[in-house]
Amino acid sequence: MLTSRFEPSSIKNKIKREEIARKSKKAKNQLKLQKRLAQAKEEANDPATKKKRLAENVPRTLDNTREFDPSILTADPSSSAGGSFSGQEEVAADLAADPFASYFTSEGDPSIPPKILITTSPKASTSTYDFCDELVGVFPGAEFIRRKKGKGFELGRIAGWAADRGYKHLCVVNEDMKKPNAITLVHLPNGPTAYFKLTSVELTKQIYGHARATPHHPELVLNGFVTRLGHAVGRLFQTTFPPLPEFQGRQVVTLHNQRDFLFFRRHRYAFRSPEKVALQEIGPRFTLKLRWLKKNIPAVQNFGEQPQPLAFDSDPTETEPKETASEQIPKKVVPPKQDEYIWTWKPELETTRRTFFL
Amino acid sequence: MQSDDVIWSVINHQFCSYKVKTTTQNFCRNEYNVTGLCNRQSCPLANSRYATVREKEGILYLYVKTIERAHSPANMWERIKLSNNYTKALEQIDSELIHWPNFTIHKCKQRVTKITQYLIKMRRLKLRQQPKLIGVKKKLDRREAVRERKALSAAHLERSIEKELIERLKSKAYGDAPLNVNESVWQAVLDRERNGGEANVELNGELGLLDDETDEEDENELEEEMEDEWGDREFVSDVSGDEEEDGLSDLEEAGEGSDEEESSEEEDSELENASPKTSLGKRKAPSKSAPKPSKTRPGKKSKRGPRVEVEYEQEMESVPLTKSILANW
Repeated sequence: MLTSRFEPSSIKNKIKREEIARKSKKAKNQLKLQKRLAQAKEEANDPATKKKRLAENVPRTLDNTREFDPSILTADPSSSAGGSFSGQEEVAADLAADPFASYFTSEGDPSIPPKILITTSPKASTSTYDFCDELVGVFPGAEFIRRKKGKGFELGRIAGWAADRGYKHLCVVNEDMKKPNAITLVHLPNGPTAYFKLTSVELTKQIYGHARATPHHPELVLNGFVTRLGHAVGRLFQTTFPPLPEFQGRQVVTLHNQRDFLFFRRHRYAFRSPEKVALQEIGPRFTLKLRWLKKNIPAVQNFGEQPQPLAFDSDPTETEPKETASEQIPKKVVPPKQDEYIWTWKPELETTRRTFFL
Repeated sequence: MQSDDVIWSVINHQFCSYKVKTTTQNFCRNEYNVTGLCNRQSCPLANSRYATVREKEGILYLYVKTIERAHSPANMWERIKLSNNYTKALEQIDSELIHWPNFTIHKCKQRVTKITQYLIKMRRLKLRQQPKLIGVKKKLDRREAVRERKALSAAHLERSIEKELIERLKSKAYGDAPLNVNESVWQAVLDRERNGGEANVELNGELGLLDDETDEEDENELEEEMEDEWGDREFVSDVSGDEEEDGLSDLEEAGEGSDEEESSEEEDSELENASPKTSLGKRKAPSKSAPKPSKTRPGKKSKRGPRVEVEYEQEMESVPLTKSILANW
């Protein structure tokens, strides 16, 4: 062949060089095409070969070559055959002991949505309020309250008040450069608190051909939460929705975890046949990425507080009246003094691109 | 050896590294300068007799420089700690600088006032919890935006949601009389379950377990195409179809708002469902209409056996949202 004798690049004449290069390229493509056609024909005759080929040629992706860290992962899938059973037990025990367990075990009416307080960072602007409106539409038990101005409205304090008023979650939309850029989700009354980076927000209006939401409680699809941390985050979101969906609404809210990005979507579905579902997006859509998880509700560092020693001095005498006082006022939720982080994202944690935490 | 006038003439007319020139006046950056201005009186270098007030970690000190110590720069400044009490501090200045020029005394007192004020403000701010400011990391943002984009394309969101929903439908997570499924579709699911033996054997025999996903995908595509084939004809409203419904339709009528949608959808799938078991025959239909040789995408050829030659057309979305479907929502 020409290509074997002359490298096209070594030919001096431009016209000739181009001609030969074109020819060789065409020949190569033809060869490839023929090969593929032959393969297709063979596979059409014998579907087993295609099956075999597909089984052999599994492309390596970041997801299926993920690195497993025993400290954060519940079970390593490569060794799942042996250890899975005890692993599952462990996971079950874990889940039963976590702060969300009361949601799953409570005897209350499962169709009552948990109350959620949605607010913004101080001095929010229009786009953040729009986004909050959308959030209120998503969560059945949500209520938006403007963030109050002035001192003394720290996050931890607001969380405490909300917990006293029977809210189950506090969702704070943070804003930077006039755009919502982060969400803090606090599980009340006693944690955990998760802080997510918020990106690619698209409101319902911006989605082409979107459906209209109905006030039915949506179904929930949580995809791809595998680690212990992932379970915590997934359950945090699960508890924001009522335990019993209203199926006649045919709405489904999805939080899909792919490579630590949480994709939020809301769809209306219709089963067209036993094999097929039609989806229409309702919106909004946005992406979250976990930045940190705190064990408790956000801390309030009150440095100007009256010093403790007064109570210290009269400790033996004062204890009794104090106790009675605390009985009268049923368990005020007091934000802690110190933050206790369960997990924090740091750039150096991502040693490879195949390390994922959720 | 120490001549204030010489020093000042150099500073004023030639160069001083502490001098900051602006259009209106000159400032001094020397830490010992009591006013911050660059002039003969308040220059700490050109005055061998000088006093100033400085703050170090919240404590005020009066710094005094006299002509007697001018020869030893190491001991040039005498530091006197001032009281925390503002009035006492002023009295202290008065007593320390008793025979000094009025200018120095006055400026030192002014400086004491200023420093006490900013200390008070600092302490007040410290008591309150301030929001922590974090810098924007452009490089990180860019990197994460790219990763997010790639993760999104790897997620196949709609496909995975559909899969999950189908799984829920088939595993009867919606109960025995689901409200979110058409009567006919649900009937088909039950039928399939009833003679699951045969169907499963057939399905598994052909599809196998390993390439589950792709098979389903192909199937979906097939069906989508079928629907497109039918597209125009399928969604014609038919009142009589509604009457045949029983049981569930009553239930659905209870929720009045969604009544219309429901009924029309039921009609949709009735047509589909007219031949749930003759699906094989149905699948052949599109092949006639698309007789293009499968040159373009040979890898996509069906594994359903030698009978079917199908050309797939890639669609933009995995769900065919025809206008008639949109109208039915």
